[in-house]
Amino acid sequence: MADDADRTKLTVDALSAVATAVEVLPTNEGFEPEIIVFACHYCAYAAADLAGSMRLQYPTNIRMIKLPCTGKLEVIHLLKALEAGADGVYAAGCLEGQCHYLEGNLWARKRMGHVKTLLEEVGMDPRRVEMFNMSSAMGPLFAQTARDFTERIRNLGPNPVRPRDGFEPAEVVRAQMGDAALPEAPPDDDTPAVTPVTVEEGSKR
Amino acid sequence: MSEALTLKAGSNLEKVLTAGKFAVTGECGPPKSADASVIEKKVKLLIGYVDAVNVTDNQTAVVRVSSVASAYLAQQNGIEAVMQMTCRDRNRLAMQADILGASVLGLKNILCLTGDHVSFGNHPQAKGVHDLDSISLIRMYKDMRDEKRFQSGEEMDVAPPLYIGCAENPFGDPLEFRAMRLKKKVVAGADFVQTQCIFNIPRFKQWMEAVRALGVHQEIKILAGITPIKSAGMANYMKKFVPGMDVPQEIIDRIAAKEKGEAQQAEGKKLAVEMIKELAEVEGVAGVHIMAVEWEAAVPEIVEAAGLMPRPAVA
Amino acid sequence: MITAERKPFDEIYAMTEGHDEVLVAGCDTCVAICLTGGEKEAEILASEISIKAKSEGRELKVEHTAAIRQCEWEYLDMIADKVGEFPLVLSMGCGIGIQSMAEKFSPKLVMPAVNTNMLGMPQEHAVWLERCAACGECVIGETAGICPVVRCSKSLMNGPCGGSHAGLCEVVGPDQEETECAWALIWERLKAQGREDLMFANRPPKDWSKSSSGGPRKMVREEAKPI
Repeated sequence: MADDADRTKLTVDALSAVATAVEVLPTNEGFEPEIIVFACHYCAYAAADLAGSMRLQYPTNIRMIKLPCTGKLEVIHLLKALEAGADGVYAAGCLEGQCHYLEGNLWARKRMGHVKTLLEEVGMDPRRVEMFNMSSAMGPLFAQTARDFTERIRNLGPNPVRPRDGFEPAEVVRAQMGDAALPEAPPDDDTPAVTPVTVEEGSKR
Repeated sequence: MSEALTLKAGSNLEKVLTAGKFAVTGECGPPKSADASVIEKKVKLLIGYVDAVNVTDNQTAVVRVSSVASAYLAQQNGIEAVMQMTCRDRNRLAMQADILGASVLGLKNILCLTGDHVSFGNHPQAKGVHDLDSISLIRMYKDMRDEKRFQSGEEMDVAPPLYIGCAENPFGDPLEFRAMRLKKKVVAGADFVQTQCIFNIPRFKQWMEAVRALGVHQEIKILAGITPIKSAGMANYMKKFVPGMDVPQEIIDRIAAKEKGEAQQAEGKKLAVEMIKELAEVEGVAGVHIMAVEWEAAVPEIVEAAGLMPRPAVA
Repeated sequence: MITAERKPFDEIYAMTEGHDEVLVAGCDTCVAICLTGGEKEAEILASEISIKAKSEGRELKVEHTAAIRQCEWEYLDMIADKVGEFPLVLSMGCGIGIQSMAEKFSPKLVMPAVNTNMLGMPQEHAVWLERCAACGECVIGETAGICPVVRCSKSLMNGPCGGSHAGLCEVVGPDQEETECAWALIWERLKAQGREDLMFANRPPKDWSKSSSGGPRKMVREEAKPI
């Protein structure tokens, strides 16, 4: 469907733009970033599963936290992730207009924007956080996003927050979020509320 | 043989103080009506007996002829004025405009005051402005004079030549802060200070000690305030109702011991002369400010008896 | 919190002139806490008006109601039906509540039954002292936690004036009540904190453009605005 293709194109284009933008930064050889990903159950997490079953490679740097919806994300969760030492954080939600909870992903984008402002206030690069959108069928996009974001963070360098308290950033965030963070294993009655989008970009089936 | 003095404004008061002579200033309260003759009469009593006469600015928040107009009239009548300006009635725009106005009229001495609260006066329902405090006011005038800059930072072509004064109350609280407060005014740019009227000389001397310890007496010309007591009733009133006044009981008793009227007045003048002589000996006191409230006629006699005549003419 | 005092009864009663029905509307937040205009006080005022009217042989229907908070549209929705029954509402909410009601129910006549007076602190039960001027640029970090704008009668920024004596302000309250000199308090606390140097630094003139002097103010939380 034309609309979704446009949205896909937008997201890929946006990523490319960012990837280009950080090309100018010196690469930080040897630094492997720790990245936390908040993925919504209905789309992004499903896309991650799909990427896995498609055997698509994406970096092991990312730690996933499943949410019922990215709208569940609060500003504090994003900040705590960075405070605990995560080098980068992103949220992956449904395509705009297709959020299972209607506007959750829109709120996530708004809050992400606000967090970027707060990061500027504290002198941290706002590109360490980002909002992405994808459908459950976009396994390849999930993998590409993970690769590109990891590269972005690799170029930005380690989180200036030092020292780390010895806790895993992902565990700190999980503790912060309490019940909001869903257990990792997908529930058995997993019925995606959105119809999977026709895969337009060519999957590697 | 006169040495060339470095002057900021060139007023008579500035010349006298800068030349190291003991200065005498008086005070005159303008009338509560559009009557120039009252001002003229009062100031004429003081010509030749004081180096400059203060003109009050809606003193005790009671509306009177404005200070700038009264100061101008005083100068037109042959006596230099010290214009007073409070922070109570004007915002920073008006205060800058008024000082430019005063300056173009030839006025040079300006006394920067906080101002008595509106609730004291005859228009207690008025809105007290207090856009600035006296320290900011001093600083603002100093910058106009020395930096040719308005408070906004903009430059002006012709700066007003000003001799900037302030007031201080040696008996106000917190006592330990009072010398420091004068220092703040010095830092802000005050050239001279007139104190609140003194009756408790020992306590004043204590304050002067603190002032000298800070070196302030060398940075600013200090004029000790004197108010001749007209009657025991007046002394009692000041003791009870005027905030920040320290009137020792012995003084009230001394005046009260005399018969009401002429006798008490004479004793009041005698006391004033004694105090002036004693204050003149205090290190750091550069002059005296005689506030003879509604008793301007007493000033010539007092100045004469205190041995302060003739007033110096400094080139 | 915002505090208010009920207007003199005669002034309130005069507002009912020419009307047969009046609703007294209380607010259960700030004015309730300062015991001036909550539901309880609204009922009392309604009763007073009723007593006065009846003793004059005047037919006047008086009722009372209260909103949880008069300044929130949703809470006014909850009393909208009641308000709709009356041509005149005497609001006991603070100035914000009164204006919200006047706007929500415009052009209905909504009159103030209280004088909103200050942002005050309950020093002890039933005693409120003015603490904040809502000046838009808080400096109390430099004045030992004491506001010089509203607790100093002259809003001085550089220490006490010459009228400060024995820790008291030269201004005496309406009932000859003494006012503490804010700068005396600031000085004492700065000393206790070992920060006397803050007293000695000359503070520049205040930027009044950030206060209501600069015009009615508006605040927006962009990140919370609906999409």
